[in-house]
Amino acid sequence: MTDANRIVIVGGGHNGLVCAAYLARAGRKVLVLEANEQFGGAAVTREFHPGFKVSAVAHLLHLLDPRIARELDLAKHGLAMARENLQTVALSETGAPLVLSRLGLIAGELSGRDQAALAAWLTRMRRFAGVLANQHGRTPPRLAWHGWREALEGAKFALDIRKLGRRDMAEFLRVATMNVYDVLEEEFESEQLKGALALDGVLGTKLGPRSGGTLFALLHRMSASSAGKAAANTGGGPGIGWSLPRGGMGAVTAALAAAARAAGAELRSSARVAAILTQGDRISGVRLANGEQIAAATVISNADPKATLLCLLGARHLETEFARRVQHARAVGTAAKLHLALGALPEFRGVGAAQIGERLLIAPSQQYIEAAFNPAKYREYSAAPVMEISIPTVHDATLAPAGQHVLSATVQYAPYDVAGGWDAHRERFLEQTLSVLERFSPGVRSRVLAAQLLTPVDIEREFHLTGGHWHQGELALDQMLMLRPVPGAAQYAMPVNGLYLCGAGAHPGGGVMGSAGRNAARVVLEAPAASTAAPGAKVPA
Amino acid sequence: MTFPVNTAVPRTRDHHHHFVYQTPFHPRTSELNRLNVWHRWKDYTVADAYFDVSLEYTALRNACAVFDLSPMTKHLITGPDALAFLDRLVTRDVAKLKPGRVGYAVWCDDQGQVIDDGTIFHLSPGVYRLCSQERQLDWLAASALGFDVTIREETDDLACLAFQGPTSCAVLKQMGLTGIETLTPFGMRGFPFAGTQLAVSRTGFTGDLGYELWIEPAKAVELWDRLFEAGRLYGIQPMGTHALEMSRIEAGFIQAGVDFLPADRAIRTDRTRSPFELDLAWLVDFSKPNFTGRRALLAEQARGSRYRLVRLDIEGNKVAKDAYIYDPRGNTIGAVTSSMWSPMVKASIALATVETPWGKPGDELWAEIYYQKELKWNRTKVRGRIVEGPFYTPARRKQTPAPDL
Repeated sequence: MTDANRIVIVGGGHNGLVCAAYLARAGRKVLVLEANEQFGGAAVTREFHPGFKVSAVAHLLHLLDPRIARELDLAKHGLAMARENLQTVALSETGAPLVLSRLGLIAGELSGRDQAALAAWLTRMRRFAGVLANQHGRTPPRLAWHGWREALEGAKFALDIRKLGRRDMAEFLRVATMNVYDVLEEEFESEQLKGALALDGVLGTKLGPRSGGTLFALLHRMSASSAGKAAANTGGGPGIGWSLPRGGMGAVTAALAAAARAAGAELRSSARVAAILTQGDRISGVRLANGEQIAAATVISNADPKATLLCLLGARHLETEFARRVQHARAVGTAAKLHLALGALPEFRGVGAAQIGERLLIAPSQQYIEAAFNPAKYREYSAAPVMEISIPTVHDATLAPAGQHVLSATVQYAPYDVAGGWDAHRERFLEQTLSVLERFSPGVRSRVLAAQLLTPVDIEREFHLTGGHWHQGELALDQMLMLRPVPGAAQYAMPVNGLYLCGAGAHPGGGVMGSAGRNAARVVLEAPAASTAAPGAKVPA
Repeated sequence: MTFPVNTAVPRTRDHHHHFVYQTPFHPRTSELNRLNVWHRWKDYTVADAYFDVSLEYTALRNACAVFDLSPMTKHLITGPDALAFLDRLVTRDVAKLKPGRVGYAVWCDDQGQVIDDGTIFHLSPGVYRLCSQERQLDWLAASALGFDVTIREETDDLACLAFQGPTSCAVLKQMGLTGIETLTPFGMRGFPFAGTQLAVSRTGFTGDLGYELWIEPAKAVELWDRLFEAGRLYGIQPMGTHALEMSRIEAGFIQAGVDFLPADRAIRTDRTRSPFELDLAWLVDFSKPNFTGRRALLAEQARGSRYRLVRLDIEGNKVAKDAYIYDPRGNTIGAVTSSMWSPMVKASIALATVETPWGKPGDELWAEIYYQKELKWNRTKVRGRIVEGPFYTPARRKQTPAPDL
């Protein structure tokens, strides 16, 4: 047993490391316990074939809070981008692809009407996403009265919406709860365009374009924070767009780990927490899988809410309704990850050398996505899945031997709970996925040296994410903001004294943002027990 | 948590076609129900009264009376975590309940609002029976998450009688239950009976000396007959729900759905009540590290409660049915939830809920009573005096050995 004044952080994912860095900078004694050998959680770079490395789960950086990069000086700790602002290439099986930037069409066949509508729509959506971006750094207010300070937070949110102006506010309130399918049908003609835009509303979720609240999920994906400015007024934050860190996503978490260590946090890997311990009605520490007990009055969990509350803590330490809400929070992963080691650069129909390293989408129409989603409802996988593909080696030579390449793809839908279990289906799903890929990239299969498919079950096992859900819980409207992870628990502090959440399962959600870790650190520092903090040390609001 | 299918008693209930069921005692209760007044209690038909409510009540307070309790909701709770499960469910410390003992308990939702009250029987080490006023399987199942516990609703598997009154102990002795007089209040004991076991607990809802008798349904009629045979010279009478209701108000007991709204049925948040607001603070044990409602109740303790349940001795002889309660300045501060003319106390008594800070002993409260005389409505406003504890609690209720009259 050790010092009870220390803070234990369960899990060294990006949010756990962010939280540790801020707490350590504020003078708190922090110990991060990571189950895996490698820090970084689901944002790591791993070798999957001799000489071939890939971002294991998350593979594009786009939502990292720029304040975190600045305040923790991640550049100094080794974070650099191999490429920023990737374009989006909507692949076609038959014709030319559409190439999109965040501002509009770059190349491809679109009617004049669609081109004009696209630019206007992207501008408006970026403004809407800015409203959400402004929420990232805030603790979501509860709906019931909890004092003026929380009411002020609620008022700021309302004001951000109001500041959109009369027309856009009405439109925001109208579309925020809609499904992405209907919104896109209102706006555009091109199936190819609608498919590409819709995919961002459903990636990483168990939702199809026609599922409720998917427009909100799309806004979340677009909600890159500006550097502390009111993004709603600046037409969305500049952000870094879709980006590839040099060395893969592991470079982000390596920089965060270095920043946390530099600030004085202690980081232990291969230290799997088996239980969060209580004494009386408060947290007393953790027990590791090897039996070691570590005393701590504060435990912050980077693990997902279900694992934290129902497995590590145990439902018996919670009250009935709260435990039931946590149990019923939706977290069924549907996203699989495909990694290919390629002997040579593949070719995609109509995609030139200039675009091969961009973000390539297989989502030719909304109908195609919806059809891919349908089987997931019945615990089956897509025969023709959707994919978000990146070939990072085009920009980053550190990931593969010279002249050879890595293809990384998020593949949906591969539901965690597939009937019969993934061991019975993994080979066939991989085969079907590769044959779909072959249709868009003729000859790719002949270049495959090795293939790795991580199903949600594999992701759960290797990254300790319940349900294999990348975002630690569905990114649906009813599980966002003050409802994330569950109503009554959106303030990072859990209903057991001394226990906090700091992962993607908490507000604002998933996407390698770091905001949850930063917000949790602020809440912990502001907690009444935080009397050991160095004077004046705090996380800027 | 598991819910085994109960194969011990073949289910003949067919919910598609039948809505009212007979209790195992029906062959006898139907013969005795000269008034033929019944009501539906959790799908069972039970007698409101048999021959005369006043005389049934009189038998209870002066001799002994039998009430068919079979429809009461009962759950058998077993498994390694049975104690831990119950301790997290209810507000009191169940660990203190020894095998062979019975405890009154309430359970709350996360907001600390009472869902129901009932009794916990510690049948044998680690085996519990939870009796409740309302159906609770859904709440129990929800509460069982994370516990290794088996919950079986056994309402239909047990026939039970409340057997209450000053001569009840003597009758049970007469029936051959040797040593029954040494059973202490809230104790229970098994006796061999007709080739099976008769379980007897010294519990009840009347505030009097009395017992509850538990037996397998196949032996129910035989138990009834043996009881009435043994009680023939002790004034035994059947008693319906109306007489029971009189006795429970005199005892000052609250009833779910009458004196408080079960929290899971409330739509308006201010209609529910916490244990503190039902005068049940003695049932809340904050030394337990966790139970459902604990955080909210701690907050309520710090902040103060909204309401207070009071027992009122009301001036005059008019029954204060549904009466408004006023403060001395005439502001409405509450209402009566249960009321009666008490033959034992010789007073108009009532249970009422008032807004805090009202409801402390000595407070001047007024009840506005509407009453009818030969179809003419009259109104009166009279003083109500706050009574602490039960209105009526005879010494025999707690005496051990129990008086053998």
